[in-house]
Amino acid sequence: MAVYPPQPTKEPPISARGPIAWIRHNLLSSPYNIAFTILGLAILYWTVPPFIKWAVIDAHFAGDSKSACTGGGACWVFIKEKLDMFLFGFYPHDQLWRPKSVFAAVLALGAFAKFVPGLHRLKLTLIVLFPVFAYLMLHGGHFGLSLVETSKWGGLLLTLVIASVGIVLSFPIGILLALGRQSKLPIIKSLSVFYIEFVRGVPLITVLFMASVVLPLFFPEGVNFDKLARALIGITFFEAAYVAENIRSGFQAIPKGQYEAADALGLSYWQKMGLVILPQAIKVTIPNLVGTFISLFKDTSLVMIIGLFDLLAMVNVTANDRDWLGMDTEGYVFVAFIFWIFTFSMSMYSKRLEKRLDTNNK
Amino acid sequence: MANETPTQTQAKAQETPQATHISKEDPKAVHPLGEPMIRLENVNKWYGDFHVLKNINLEVRKGEIVVVAGPSGSGKSTMIRCINRLEEYQEGSIKVKGIEVNNDVKNLKKVRANVAMVFQHFNLFPHLTILENLTLAPVWVYKKPKKEAIETAMHYLEKVNIAEQAHKYPNQLSGGQQQRVAIARALCKSPDIMLFDEPTSALDPEMIGEVLDVMVKLAEEGKTMITVTHEMGFARKVADRVIFMDAGQIVEENDPETFFHHPESERLQLFLKQILNH
Repeated sequence: MAVYPPQPTKEPPISARGPIAWIRHNLLSSPYNIAFTILGLAILYWTVPPFIKWAVIDAHFAGDSKSACTGGGACWVFIKEKLDMFLFGFYPHDQLWRPKSVFAAVLALGAFAKFVPGLHRLKLTLIVLFPVFAYLMLHGGHFGLSLVETSKWGGLLLTLVIASVGIVLSFPIGILLALGRQSKLPIIKSLSVFYIEFVRGVPLITVLFMASVVLPLFFPEGVNFDKLARALIGITFFEAAYVAENIRSGFQAIPKGQYEAADALGLSYWQKMGLVILPQAIKVTIPNLVGTFISLFKDTSLVMIIGLFDLLAMVNVTANDRDWLGMDTEGYVFVAFIFWIFTFSMSMYSKRLEKRLDTNNK
Repeated sequence: MANETPTQTQAKAQETPQATHISKEDPKAVHPLGEPMIRLENVNKWYGDFHVLKNINLEVRKGEIVVVAGPSGSGKSTMIRCINRLEEYQEGSIKVKGIEVNNDVKNLKKVRANVAMVFQHFNLFPHLTILENLTLAPVWVYKKPKKEAIETAMHYLEKVNIAEQAHKYPNQLSGGQQQRVAIARALCKSPDIMLFDEPTSALDPEMIGEVLDVMVKLAEEGKTMITVTHEMGFARKVADRVIFMDAGQIVEENDPETFFHHPESERLQLFLKQILNH
């Protein structure tokens, strides 16, 4: 028998740490890996430098007309000149302070909610009141503000209105549908299943067409229902079906014991669902939900086909301006960049939310 | 008392508890058994065609500690889960403090306010802190002021020796700690009856003791308890009555002394041999 003295801890050898080890392990570990590394570098070499040359080095930033853009680079002057169109569509020029102050209010509210601790009741009130404020500001017709028809709304403003209304309203409806699909009452259950499966079997374009063309047929003559409102209703009910399926997948991840414990404690159905099951189900389904919301955000572009001009549609409008013909490329690159900023922020936010709500490793 | 037909059991059910109690010599005699708290009469239950509970008759009086033993699949968990209606039964009647356990929502609410349950897998709510787990039902269901609910919760957390963990989340605790929290959560609504469904079966061996200690403490305070367990040491120590179930029916019920040392039915003799002799 023997007794062993404690061993000192040593640093790993140089070949197992540092950037060189990382490169050897991750990029050059096998012949295939070497081949893919070379291929990847070649693709980067062929695409990135020309794009930077076009978008930055040869690009034109100064000036106020197409004549300022000579040579091959991108003509960002176009974006600069048409920025208001991209952001607000046909919103009257002298009223642009209204959507601008709504944007500013969003930022202020977000900063207030994030950086000021406590005051939960005030924050909640402000968040609930915000849509009313935004509607009054944008639509006007009261308090001395001139009326701006929703058909004049466009660009990023319209995209954000559709996406945020769609997300905020489809969420509770989706929850109700998901609960309905779990219900023990056969009628509620089969109605929910029928609705979800029907909507998921229909393309969004069809829903929008129906909302815009077929729905008015059911209204009495002379009633003209706002086109944007119809699109919002269509998108909301469309997305609700997808949200419902996401949340249902969350329900399935909740062990039976959670329901039993809630029952045994005496919680009612709504207390059990609202306090115990849904918070956990939504938590596990955040990545899917955000995925759904990201695709909703991008799908808002489809409203183009019923004559609403969202951010993407504004490229067509602005590049058809006789003074700016042929500027489609700059327009699409710009719009793609804006879409990317929003969708990327959403997925970053969902990652942070997941981390924050993770009670397993706190 | 053993190997009776269901009708005999039923007939004897009235006198059994007192009889067993009087024959006991332990300090629990200071808590005389009170009025009937739970009464099961000819309860039958089926899962599809499978007859899981066969003519169960059982009466539990106030302050009585009943331990239910038996091989797995014998219906012991199913039986106690019928008492707070986590399971439905198809025939017979179950009464808790005279209230019929049935589909009536009002009855169910009263029953569940009186009966608390501790589960094999703890079933704490992982998204809530320990303290929030304990105050959830008192605040939302029983409409207690939050401050009072927190005080009660801390009282019971201290009782199960875990007060310092109040602000952690369940998954940060060991199994034994989680089960003690689950017991405290069950106590928070001041139930008259505690049901324990194999409370130590999912625990690592070194943690069983701490949970049993808490349960013994409760038993000594005179709480009415029905415990499904394989911990025969616990049954010997605190039970007023031990029930042996097999194949969906109560096969034998006796005071612990007779149950363990002079089992009457062959089936129980075999069971005891299997669990004790190794």
